[in-house]
Amino acid sequence: MSNVTRHVLKNGMVVLLKESHSAPVTSWWVLYRIGSRNERSGHTGISHWVEHMMFKGTDMFPGGQLDKMIDREGGSWNAQTSMDYTAYYETMPSDRIDLALRLEADRMANAQFDLEEVESERTVIISERQGSENSPLFWLSEEMSAAAFRVHGYHHEIIGDQVDLETMTRDDLYNHYKQHYMPNNAIVVAVGDFDSDEMLARIRELYESIPAGETPKLFQRPEPPQIGERRVKVERPGSTAFLEIAYHAPAATDPDWFKLALIDSIMSGPSGPGGGNIDNKTSRLYKALVETEVAASVYGSMIPTIDPYLYSITVTVRDGHTLEEAEAALDEQIERVRSGDITQAELDKAKKQARALFAYSTEGVTGQGFWLAFAENFESYQWFGDYVTRLSAVTLDEVNEAARNYLRPQNRTVGWLIPTGADGIEVDEEE
Amino acid sequence: MAHSTLSLPGPNNIARVVLQNGITVLVYENFAAQSVVISGVLNAGSVHDEPARAGLASMTAGALMRGTQHRDFNAIHESLENIGADVGVSAGTHKASFFGKSLAEDLPILVDILSDVLRYPVFPAPQVERLRGEIMTGLQYRQHDTRYRADRAFRENLYPETHPYHQSRGGTLQTIPAITVPDLQAFHRSYYGPQGLVLVAVGAITANEAIETVRARLEDWQNIVQGDETPLLGLNSRRESKRINVTIPGKTQSDVVMGGVGPSRYAKDFQAATIANSILGQFGMMGRIGKIVREELGLAYYAYSRIEGGHGPGPWNVAAGVNPANVDLTIERIQHELWRLISQPVDDEDLEDNKSYYTGHLPLQLENNEGIASVILSMETYGLGLDYVQNYRDMIYRLTKNDLLAAAQHYLNPDALVIAVAGPN
Repeated sequence: MSNVTRHVLKNGMVVLLKESHSAPVTSWWVLYRIGSRNERSGHTGISHWVEHMMFKGTDMFPGGQLDKMIDREGGSWNAQTSMDYTAYYETMPSDRIDLALRLEADRMANAQFDLEEVESERTVIISERQGSENSPLFWLSEEMSAAAFRVHGYHHEIIGDQVDLETMTRDDLYNHYKQHYMPNNAIVVAVGDFDSDEMLARIRELYESIPAGETPKLFQRPEPPQIGERRVKVERPGSTAFLEIAYHAPAATDPDWFKLALIDSIMSGPSGPGGGNIDNKTSRLYKALVETEVAASVYGSMIPTIDPYLYSITVTVRDGHTLEEAEAALDEQIERVRSGDITQAELDKAKKQARALFAYSTEGVTGQGFWLAFAENFESYQWFGDYVTRLSAVTLDEVNEAARNYLRPQNRTVGWLIPTGADGIEVDEEE
Repeated sequence: MAHSTLSLPGPNNIARVVLQNGITVLVYENFAAQSVVISGVLNAGSVHDEPARAGLASMTAGALMRGTQHRDFNAIHESLENIGADVGVSAGTHKASFFGKSLAEDLPILVDILSDVLRYPVFPAPQVERLRGEIMTGLQYRQHDTRYRADRAFRENLYPETHPYHQSRGGTLQTIPAITVPDLQAFHRSYYGPQGLVLVAVGAITANEAIETVRARLEDWQNIVQGDETPLLGLNSRRESKRINVTIPGKTQSDVVMGGVGPSRYAKDFQAATIANSILGQFGMMGRIGKIVREELGLAYYAYSRIEGGHGPGPWNVAAGVNPANVDLTIERIQHELWRLISQPVDDEDLEDNKSYYTGHLPLQLENNEGIASVILSMETYGLGLDYVQNYRDMIYRLTKNDLLAAAQHYLNPDALVIAVAGPN
């Protein structure tokens, strides 16, 4: 990608810098190469819980003060735990970014895991899971992942299983932190309004003295090939049915990933790097399911991941129609694509859409910082820079071949969310 | 270390033109990326909906993109999606909003489509029926959504039935089936027009190019029957609290929404109330409420307060998602924080921190085209003046502790709250 520089500090920490002077703002990202895919049974959700604990402070930046310090400087900050990584960011007015650099350097090694804080956070995390459980789609998603991945760590939700959230201990969390939070397991990125030489010097000053740790031994269990269609049914109160079909898909580093990304764009509409979607009303599945009034909406998901993950399609079944109808209509479209009927015009359109969506994703520094760190985690920051070029290079024959290879019934999990009815809702008032 | 090319949007770098038919166009050039954003409003919000037709403004906005005199549904969406562009229209309470984005080279196509859907919709019956089905499916789903149900119960009890804020902007399972194509046509005829329309363009285009692109497509639009904004009825103060419990089977968490009527964006004490609200439930990971409810007691994943602001007296409320066993304790603690806010001035430190936050945070809102467009649109629609951003710091730093206390006392009465809870038994 143009004007990105990559550096490796003596302790192994990878540094990516990109100057962008369009606004007086800088985004600072620190990504650790640990996510829910590496969690063992009994410790599911530990990466996410550790992420929460990182906001509880250090000796230098006490808990309760951190948020105020960032806000006082006009910054915004947050963190995200994914299947493949745990990442933290601050986006600040550029002349205040030093606070973010100091804060992240400190909590890379000195986070406190106070027992009382761990217990208080346990209820917050369980509350977060319960908030998700209020959505029927969460239950379907959890069951779909568990069915699609029998062996690999992608089989559990990032938030973790309820039983593990109830039983994990302070020491479990602290050990996880110590094993994975170290400079040689981190990628840091700055994008924004700064001078690269000055920024690199300051990063060296703050981070190079943090000792490297023993390279983490990641818990990994490759998923064996699927040998037949799997089906799950989830029943929840409500009146809306959902259908989800998920095919095992290649890792982001596989050239086939780009072919399936284009298939997704043609089937269910484009989604760009950085999440800037546009409408999908000319996509094949919208026409086949929503225009025929079998579905109220349809969308696809094809996210870049370290290990092979899923290409999934989710359908909201329209009131008055059935899951059987929706699945039959979807299957018909899948079979058409598998028979090789994608046209050059459709492919060209998907490529133009990708170019536009890429432009949207490069408007802000926060999104760029994320994508550079994210791509470096699974391959190289250049993956992001080459995104449009690599999509553009895909041929019609390659797309059709990928559709044949990946969209096989034997390679998929089909999920039904069956609503059990709208009875039982009551409203009462007390003055 | 920092040397940004961006200067704060202001009279010196925002081009502003009023077209002959009354449309206001504002353009800000930003060549940092190859894209362009358009954003705007017109006076076609849900305040015009009669109770029996709740959802009419929203359905009209949603149906604009379903077919025009020049393009059918497919032609509209193919024109946009073929170039990776997007246009959307939706109805808020007072205004209908539109939004579009494309590569800068495709701005003429973007404005072409926008102009066509705003001016020449035909509301084809089959498309309207399809849209109706999608809306009904969404409404059916939301009947079981605890956040939606708590928020609806809160608003329905905060505002009397005669007030437009009482109604669901998106309509209900009863009103949506009753809306007809002639209703949509009549709403469009009455409220869509050049008067009050504001359009902001931001991106890799010159101001002149953007203005002429808009002028060529929208300056000849006239609507002699276009209606005015409907004045809002006054609101009586509540004298006592009211609690509404919505029981929804199969849920594991309860959502709580509680509060009262807050300031409009035009209120003199809006900024003071905003800073007071920040201290209450925003600043430093959700303010005082976040500190007690989330950090100290571990009761909730989220707990915050917000002021809706806008063109009328929207709510000032607190929202939290908690385990059902913790609902009463959460409500009690939130009430305690409301009492504290209206009983004693905030600390000097709190005030300074929040002033610093609000003024320091401004550049972050200008990080991308969408953010810049949003700031400029607010300046224009609320009559804040194009120098608003440039004067913002002085305005915030003039606020005193007593201003915040007075604003909190003006709007918040912990003894007369509406408290809505939606969750399992």
